[in-house]
Amino acid sequence: MRLETRFKWLPAPILSLLLFFVWLLLNNSVSLGHIVLAVILAIVIPLATSPFSTKQPLVIKPVLALRHILLVLYDIITANVQVAILILGPTKKLTPGFIKVPLDLTHSMPITILASTVSLTPGTVSAEVYPCSERFTEGESCEQRFLLIHVLDLKDEQALINTIKQRYETPLKEIFQC
Amino acid sequence: MTEWIISILLLIGGTFVLVGSIGLVKMPDFFMRLHGPTKATTLGMAALLTAAMIFFSTTQAGVSVKEILISLFLLLTAPISAYMMIKSAIHHKLDSIEKTQGKDNVEDEA
Repeated sequence: MRLETRFKWLPAPILSLLLFFVWLLLNNSVSLGHIVLAVILAIVIPLATSPFSTKQPLVIKPVLALRHILLVLYDIITANVQVAILILGPTKKLTPGFIKVPLDLTHSMPITILASTVSLTPGTVSAEVYPCSERFTEGESCEQRFLLIHVLDLKDEQALINTIKQRYETPLKEIFQC
Repeated sequence: MTEWIISILLLIGGTFVLVGSIGLVKMPDFFMRLHGPTKATTLGMAALLTAAMIFFSTTQAGVSVKEILISLFLLLTAPISAYMMIKSAIHHKLDSIEKTQGKDNVEDEA
């Protein structure tokens, strides 16, 4: 896990990229003037705000991150269809349940991303992270944490836990190298 | 041709949003009800916004890409709001239906 960028003037590369594209999208134009303004904003805003924000782990493997985003987008589409079928099917056959997934991730930002992807993918909504993240302080080795997930139609608990760990957690661990 | 694409996208979007709302009415407890709006609507909204994007790009001068921003913000906020709701539901000890498995996994320290 790396917290500092190689360039001092670019403390948060992802935030800069986001600001650049959001500015262009909001103005709905790609004229030279707007591109220059977007670049200025993308450099000045992270520089001005970085002293106030806590350091977040950096994306170390951007290509892998892009692949992961595409995979999640594909999963969102299949998830929508699956949940639609589950909703329209007979309600009595559904077997809801709570499951606990042990987490290998330690930092709160990757955990947040994992919880959000779990919420957007098939039949699962993440509910809670145990033990509470407030107890975790920087540098201290943290105890095993769990992600509590509510499943709409629970069939095989172990298989689902394995899928979540392999499909979503392993790529995140590689992307952030933690 | 574009009219056909727009109409089909609008229909798909409308269907998914409708299914999400049906789930809201049909499901027996709060936790299951949460699944419909968080997921079935994301694809529905994405389809509707794509339709809007194509419509405004073909009928007006220039390309309209603001809709991408809307879908981005929807994708960011849907899981967060679902998380906040399910957290408060657990905190208020809302009843889940009897056949819910693994209730012991829920520990509310508050």
